Amino acid sequence: MPEPEPKEPGSLTPDEAVTPAGGGASSLATSDAETLEGGPIPGGTASGKARSLWSDAWHDLRRNPVFVVSALIILFLVLIALWPGLIASGNPLACDLAKAQEGSQPGHPFGFDTQGCDVYTRTVHGARASITVGICATAGAALLGSVLGGLAGFFGGWWDALLSRVADIFFGIPIILGGLVFLSVVTGGSLWPVVGFIVLLGWPQISRIARGSVVTARQHDYVQAARALGAGNTRLLLRHIAPNAVAPVIVVATIALGTYIALEATLSFLGVGLKPPTVSWGIDISNASTQIRNAPHMLLWPAGALSITVLAFIMLGDAVRDALDPKLR
Amino acid sequence: MGRYVIRRLLQMVPVFIGSTFLIFFMVYALGDPVAALFGDKAPDPATAARIRQELYLDEPLWKQYGHYMGQILSGEFGTAFNGQPVTELMAGAFPVTLRLTLVAILFEIVFGITLGVLSGLRRGRSADTTVLLLTLIVVSIPTFVSGYVLQYLFGVKWGIVSPSVSPEAPFDELLLPGIVLALTSLAYVTRLSRTSIAENSRADYVRTAVAKGLPRRRVVTRHLLRNSLIPVVTFIGTDVGALMGGAIVTERIFNIHGVGFQLYQGILRQNSPTVVGFVTILVIVFLLANLLVDLLYAVLDPRIRYA
Amino acid sequence: MRGATRARWAVCALSAVLAAAAAGCGGGGGGSGVVRASWGDPQNQLEPANTNEVQGGKVLAMIFRGLKRYDPRSGAAENMLADKIETSDQQNFTITLKDGWTFSNGEKVTSKSFVDAWNYAALVDNKQKNASFFEYVDGYDKVHPASGRATAKTLSGLAVKDDKTFTVRLRTKFSTWPDTLGYAAYAPLPRAFFDDHAAWLRKPVGNGPYTIDSYAKGSAMKLTRWDGYPGDDKARNSGVELRVYTDNNTAYTDLQAGNLDLVDDIPSAQLKNAKTDLGDRYINQPAGIIQTLVFPMYDPNWSKSGMEKVRRGLSMAINRQQITDQIYQKTRTPATDWTSPALGDQGGYKAGLCGDACTFDAASAKKLIQDGGGLPGGRITLTSNVDTGSHRVWMDAVCNSINSALGNDKACIVNPVGTFADFRNQISEQRLSNPFRSGWQMDYPLIQNFLQPLYYTDASSNYGKFSDPQFDKLVDEANAEGSQAAANAKFHDAEKILAREMPAIPLWYQNGSAGYSDRVSDVTLNPFSVPVYEQIKVG
Repeated sequence: MPEPEPKEPGSLTPDEAVTPAGGGASSLATSDAETLEGGPIPGGTASGKARSLWSDAWHDLRRNPVFVVSALIILFLVLIALWPGLIASGNPLACDLAKAQEGSQPGHPFGFDTQGCDVYTRTVHGARASITVGICATAGAALLGSVLGGLAGFFGGWWDALLSRVADIFFGIPIILGGLVFLSVVTGGSLWPVVGFIVLLGWPQISRIARGSVVTARQHDYVQAARALGAGNTRLLLRHIAPNAVAPVIVVATIALGTYIALEATLSFLGVGLKPPTVSWGIDISNASTQIRNAPHMLLWPAGALSITVLAFIMLGDAVRDALDPKLR
Repeated sequence: MGRYVIRRLLQMVPVFIGSTFLIFFMVYALGDPVAALFGDKAPDPATAARIRQELYLDEPLWKQYGHYMGQILSGEFGTAFNGQPVTELMAGAFPVTLRLTLVAILFEIVFGITLGVLSGLRRGRSADTTVLLLTLIVVSIPTFVSGYVLQYLFGVKWGIVSPSVSPEAPFDELLLPGIVLALTSLAYVTRLSRTSIAENSRADYVRTAVAKGLPRRRVVTRHLLRNSLIPVVTFIGTDVGALMGGAIVTERIFNIHGVGFQLYQGILRQNSPTVVGFVTILVIVFLLANLLVDLLYAVLDPRIRYA
Repeated sequence: MRGATRARWAVCALSAVLAAAAAGCGGGGGGSGVVRASWGDPQNQLEPANTNEVQGGKVLAMIFRGLKRYDPRSGAAENMLADKIETSDQQNFTITLKDGWTFSNGEKVTSKSFVDAWNYAALVDNKQKNASFFEYVDGYDKVHPASGRATAKTLSGLAVKDDKTFTVRLRTKFSTWPDTLGYAAYAPLPRAFFDDHAAWLRKPVGNGPYTIDSYAKGSAMKLTRWDGYPGDDKARNSGVELRVYTDNNTAYTDLQAGNLDLVDDIPSAQLKNAKTDLGDRYINQPAGIIQTLVFPMYDPNWSKSGMEKVRRGLSMAINRQQITDQIYQKTRTPATDWTSPALGDQGGYKAGLCGDACTFDAASAKKLIQDGGGLPGGRITLTSNVDTGSHRVWMDAVCNSINSALGNDKACIVNPVGTFADFRNQISEQRLSNPFRSGWQMDYPLIQNFLQPLYYTDASSNYGKFSDPQFDKLVDEANAEGSQAAANAKFHDAEKILAREMPAIPLWYQNGSAGYSDRVSDVTLNPFSVPVYEQIKVG
């Protein structure tokens, strides 16, 4: 099979005549060789005699308590996002200003906010918007970022130059300016423009991280070996590089999930994010932030809910990363 | 290597043109800035028309942009609405923000990597869990909350530092703002180094080094850390720019007259010379930071070479 | 190895920074006798006729004195540089100046100082944002045509008689015109302003109790007492240091930490604490500012007959008392008319002119709105910018109040707009089809200033395009009255028309709120909510 990689002078190319100085990954060849021979469809379930890396991972995951716990938390969050009425029967929009900022009392365990709305009801009902924004924006940014960054890192050359420079320009757009331009045009304060905007701002960072990982991973011995055995680019990327480069992307994406939910708060604060009657943790956190001296309970609950969500996803990310890491086998 | 750097520097030219146009277009898309200059009163049409004419706002977009670029090529970056030249604003703001960013980055590097290494080496134990909890707190409390709380505690309650930063913005006054600014990134750096360390601590070269009888300290700093730093360095590279331009909230809270403040002001007042000028410089900072990161890859992992 | 060295270097740098922080901290000084006060960055250059917002206005109030001055307490217009202003027909005025006034650079203040300044302000080529203040003067349409070039350089209505006398001819009768002359745009200007304009802008020179020492744009201004000041209101401190704050929360924190002496804009989130934090060093008093919700009367959905019931119903659905108590901690007062208590009786304020229409009554509100045919499209939105002020909070509260009165939690929706400029443009291009916020801060303490520019047919700030011939007629008659009391009575009749038609819902009168340190005393706010700096004593 011909070597498809363009080798312009000056492009980012692995040094082929390398004798690893600090670290070779020779023992990896064993686990890698298994997958090389087995060769089922990437990402598919165990369809043949030998299991792929991905199905191995799934096998491990199901037995990992960290994964089970985090998955249960996420399932719970998704459930209340879909049916908030399950645990909060009140109306998040029914507010009585006379009760402004009052503390916990019977029937209202979390107290009231500045407008006299019930904090418990709003926290439960806020899950839908916040979790949708968090998950969708993270998924979008991670997908776009890792695909573009991965390709840039793998192919190098002009492809890398183009993608990286486009990312640089996107980095340069101030959030406020971008928000005012993109989001004030799309009126109504609906969820999807906000998600789209966060993806637009978020992908460059993940793409840089993915690019860095792929640049490191692609010159490992097992990749060279696979290439020598005639593996194509798609196969190299998906089977050999991706599993070894995915860890930093997972780490950044799981934390980004939290920061994206908080970013929605900033956008709402600026008047371009979600608008009432939508209820979200972001809106409530930004409203609470100025009242921290008067009514800390207004901040505690929505911020606590955000923490639990981020915790669940960080744990999930950790478990997935461990499962994908052949060195831990 | 030299040719690679030159090529990367040359790439700045299209990026410069692209980003100035994009930002110019975006400020243009915000609409007419003149009406807001008149406050709550309705603008007097004749005066407003004169101001528009003076600022070339009555011309089509491409002409405005052409005029602006012509100005820039002759070293003229335009003026803000209060009559201050943009170059003067930049000269005042960039050094301040640079110092703030430096404090934040140092904080990220020192504390982030230390905590990351600690929890990576003690995976699953109490130190690791504690660091995870700290990370969660930092991620779920927005900067404006942590900023106000820390400012109140340190500045008013305990009176340890001045709650606001003087116009000269010396390093000691920037310490608290720098930490506030670094908090979210600290979470990323910690988690990234933890994962990398955990991943690499099982690598053969570490086992070899330990087997050779090298002291643990040396194994960690020379072999383990160096090979684990690539994702961390990448992240910090992307963060330099984000910190410089995105310090809007922190700069507001601590009354720092830096880049974030000028950008915010420029955007709200829709003054395109200010916004385009500042963003252009920021994009150049990103480019340089990324170039530096790419060069560092080769330092950290000698297998990566640049022809 | 390289990595290790780098890490060590980083640790050293950070510990050096830490050491420096421990060694040198604490608040910055300000000499003895100097008041350290919060400030905002003025949006425009500091020319008297180009400054239309409070921050620049603060400086002008310190370095300029005009023909009249508004009493810091009562707001009444009193002669300052003017010895007398006489008229026999409410249209031609003769102004005589007092002796002994000079600018701080020694130049005498003459009638030419005024006439030149006014001509400069009115000429369209000079792009002064307050040019329209001179529209009442004869010849304004020549120096400031609506379009095209000016056909004259000076106002034909102004004439210098001698060093101390000049005459003004107005286009129409305007009996209370002399009382408008305390506004900063009417200040005299020294020759230096015209001879070396750039130098003057860097360091403005005027005739007030202070002179500017240094001005660092965007960060601070230092003013010192002018010892040769000829007026009675000499500064009682040795100077004022104005510091630019980008966030009034920070200014408040600095006041608490003892780094600042005066904050004239207490953030709404801190109002609850201000009383306990500051005790009697907290000022809360009426200012000449009113907030209203304007209906887009250019939209037939809102102006068609019968809708006046809906407009009045909405006004009655707003529980003003509760909102001003809970959200604003009584730093706003529920509005009962369209002016401001800061006017005083003399200026024409009369409480309760809005009557029942401004009193909360959920049941009547619901009935009125139903009788009028219901809300257009079944729901309304409230629009305001949210980049300045704390508009978001009251908008939510007003909507909640309307929703609970109507028993429909989606009847009223807020529509925050990201920038003031965008908000302004949406208003001036008449893109809004629902009520929007309008705040009005008086230029001079006269009831005319609250009514004519806002509700007279095609008036400059009549954003909702309200038009009522009877209202216009009453305003014209009021302006032609010889006495202020008679004029006020006509204006009150005009307000009763507003109560019936409700083109704008009066929400609340805004107070000035300020706090000061124990280093200073005698701190007051004038009716424009600007601190009276020259009266402040230090120590």
